[in-house]
Amino acid sequence: MLSNLDPVLLARIQFAFTVSFHIIFPAFTIGLASWLAVLEWRWLKTGKQIYAEVYRMWVKIFAVTFGMGVVSGVVLSFQFGTNWSGFSDVGGNVLGPLLGYEVLTAFFLEASFLGIMLFGWNRVSPKMHFASTVIVAVGTLISAFWILSANSWMQTPQGFRIGQDGLLYPTSWLAVIFNPSFPFRFVHMVTAAYLTTAFTVAGVGAYYLWRKRHISHARVMLGMAMIMAIFVAPLQLLYGDLHGLNTLEHQPAKVAAMEGLWETQRGAPLILFGLPDQEAETTKYAIKIPKLSSFILTHSFDGEVKGLKEWPKDERPPVAVVFWSFRIMVGIGLLMIATGVIALILHFKKRLFDTRWFQYWCMALTPSGFVAVLAGWFVTEVGRQPWIVYGLLRTADATSPVLGTSIAISLTAFVIVYAFVFGAGIYYILKLIGKGPESLETAYGDHGIGKPPIVTDLAGEGGKQNV
Amino acid sequence: MFSLENIVNLPMIWYALIFTAVFLYILLDGFDLGVGVLFPFAPSDKCRDRMMNSIAPFWDGNETWLILGGGGLFAAFPLAYSVMMPALYIPVIVMLLGLIFRGVAFEFRFKATRNHVKIWDYAFHFGSLVTAFMQGMIIGAIVQGIEVEGRRFAGGAFDWLNAYSVMTGIAVVFGYGLLGSTWLIMKTDGETQNWARKSASYTVLYVAIFLAIVSISMPIMNEQIRTRWFTLPNLFYLVPIPTASLLLLIAIWRDIHSNREVRPFLMSFGVFLTGYIGIAISMWPYIVPFKITFNQAAAAPESQSLLLVGTVILLPMILAYTGYCYYIFRGKASHEAHY
Ligand code: HDD
Ligand code: HEM
Ligand code: HEM
Repeated sequence: MLSNLDPVLLARIQFAFTVSFHIIFPAFTIGLASWLAVLEWRWLKTGKQIYAEVYRMWVKIFAVTFGMGVVSGVVLSFQFGTNWSGFSDVGGNVLGPLLGYEVLTAFFLEASFLGIMLFGWNRVSPKMHFASTVIVAVGTLISAFWILSANSWMQTPQGFRIGQDGLLYPTSWLAVIFNPSFPFRFVHMVTAAYLTTAFTVAGVGAYYLWRKRHISHARVMLGMAMIMAIFVAPLQLLYGDLHGLNTLEHQPAKVAAMEGLWETQRGAPLILFGLPDQEAETTKYAIKIPKLSSFILTHSFDGEVKGLKEWPKDERPPVAVVFWSFRIMVGIGLLMIATGVIALILHFKKRLFDTRWFQYWCMALTPSGFVAVLAGWFVTEVGRQPWIVYGLLRTADATSPVLGTSIAISLTAFVIVYAFVFGAGIYYILKLIGKGPESLETAYGDHGIGKPPIVTDLAGEGGKQNV
Repeated sequence: MFSLENIVNLPMIWYALIFTAVFLYILLDGFDLGVGVLFPFAPSDKCRDRMMNSIAPFWDGNETWLILGGGGLFAAFPLAYSVMMPALYIPVIVMLLGLIFRGVAFEFRFKATRNHVKIWDYAFHFGSLVTAFMQGMIIGAIVQGIEVEGRRFAGGAFDWLNAYSVMTGIAVVFGYGLLGSTWLIMKTDGETQNWARKSASYTVLYVAIFLAIVSISMPIMNEQIRTRWFTLPNLFYLVPIPTASLLLLIAIWRDIHSNREVRPFLMSFGVFLTGYIGIAISMWPYIVPFKITFNQAAAAPESQSLLLVGTVILLPMILAYTGYCYYIFRGKASHEAHY
């Protein structure tokens, strides 16, 4: 039975599983690193201990998340070879240097200064410590720059020629790195990471307010998060819209799948909900708003929008996944904007920190960013199918000469190990949240003066609970 | 298009750079993994806390050399990367799983309550052990050669598994154990240091034995390697390498039993260096032994040039700030300086 497993499908599932797992952590660490830098800057600038205390709480969560981001990322960097050796061979000349630069410019930076950020409190000056936090934050952004450039090139390849041996050769590095979809993807993804962090922090702040614990710390968390929601969530809608227009230009089949449109038409409706049916080539039970799709995509009510039937069956992406993921992402985006509006109103009514239903609302939205990020990536990646490099190389031709059985076993191993390890990670993060920020006095009191201002409880050393 | 093709021998520089990155990885993550291998044998929990603290600020940076080795191979020799990864599919995946357990153990152990700490102690130990063993097996599989047809791996799923690769796997476990224990001699004192000295004196014996087995078996197994080493005048140039290994091993043995603290660690580096140079000489000029040479696998000159510029500028910077981090955390590790 095991021998007739389809290696292509398995390799795809395995890659999708590991990369989806990975992105959960960067989505959080990119935003968190920047936010920690802001907190430390506020602390150095104002001298208010509260910022240091909030920093101290979140830097522990950051450390756990970052650790999981690193180990899940290392897996990925080998999977280009283990799962997609055909692709590595054909595309290596173009993509290899981008990934190489990611290691040289970002990973070493992050990894080295993370050590100082976590363990360097009593060994370097506050300024140097702050610099380390900033460097780690910048490192995460540089890393996103390169990897998103690589991914965008796979979506909208340019700046290369096809050699006689069938391999791709770069002709212009600038064209490769700054390929058409890259600026949009980079801005949209970094903003997504910031929003993800903001809503996680907001949820935790709301939880403390609701439990009436750590009130002043919770205000800092919820307040700063809401600034992001008010100003950045609407921007994300704008960026997403621009991104979509860019996609329409370069990958129209993906947009047709996102919209669930099968027929090419003028004045195309916006399908709010429906059930796309790949076999029957229609979207059933569609709830439509007339002409809106044409308006959004072409900025004219009568603009022409291409439907999926323009493409032969074997060049269409799986529509339902793209269609639904897109709605989940946009839906969450709209909820985030709404949160910002509500926060603004509550702020002017001076009720931001004591409106109970709003606390439930924020708690409910805690994981929303992660869901939206995953949904967004599913749109992007599944919508690109059946291509691994759009229009050039099919996913099915990119695989490694590895037995289906080997992939099936390793996939199972990944699922089990990830479930265990990352389950434990989430458990420790929840425990850290449950414990909340400590005031500097408690920390000093327990560990003796002269200890670094950031001290994790050594378990067993007088288990103080801060409840 | 920008290319340094006519100025320097790009494939050869990259061949050297990849070998260097992998070597730095083996040295640096070697001592972390070695500490993990020795972990459960330490005399007390307090020792274990210190052992963990001595490497906690460094392990991530050390592991990054592995990503550079893998990523660099992909960038500079994509053909080699796309042949070797499928060939070594199982050991690579198992190594990655080991690295996961090893990596998360640091953070989780710091956060865990006493009764949980044990779980992460074992995750750390077995993660390191499995990683070290798999890396050894990978080296063993590579030096025995890889089946290639055209541009693809053409062997079976278990080609890498045989008695020889099991032996090299065990050899690397002991090798890392030596690096780990000499690191601990340098970074700790008192009870932990005494124990580390004892561990070092065991591991150094095993390292000597395995080094001898590998050095003798490689020329016996492979005709090309035999001619390379045992024809004149090569023999005269090459004899200093095993001689240096031998002298270093003896010197380490003496240092461990004196009160030297830093030198055993540096000399273990030396032993690894001689062993590694020995393997590199045997492999030359292959990047996928004994099928694909580095010239055949080289990426387009444009690609190698672009990354070379970055490497020339960035590698010294990386080495500088890595050095700075080691400097910040110099001195003996304590058992409680958590953040
Ligand atoms: C938008 C951002 C982003 C995306 C799309 C990806 N990553 Fe990532 N990755 C990061 C952002 C990031 C990061 C922020 O730099 C991480 C997350 C947490 C961390 O430790 O660094 C990281 C860690 C990380 C590491 C460990 C680095 C270290 O040791 O410090 C590796 C090897 C990779 N990633 C590789 C990949 C690959 C091969 C990807 C695609 C298939 C990928 N990442 C997608
Ligand atoms: C980090 C967020 C990402 C997520 C959540 C994600 C998700 C996915 C998913 C779900 C698939 C499977 C699609 C299918 O087979 O139907 C996939 C495929 C793939 N992705 Fe991504 N992806 C991400 C980023 C990247 C990046 C940054 C790269 C490359 C630089 C990349 C390269 C690939 C490759 C090579 C495949 C396999 C071939 C394919 O199925 O097209 N992905 N990804
Ligand atoms: C508010 C309205 C939003 C719109 C109109 C929008 C639009 C889009 C579009 C069109 C794509 C696909 C681009 C392509 O593959 O060609 C996309 C991808 C993505 N979206 Fe959104 N988005 C919105 C909100 C959000 C939110 C709130 C998040 C997360 C917090 C998010 C995260 C992502 C991610 C991670 C991707 C994949 C990476 C990329 O291609 O940029 N989006 N978005």
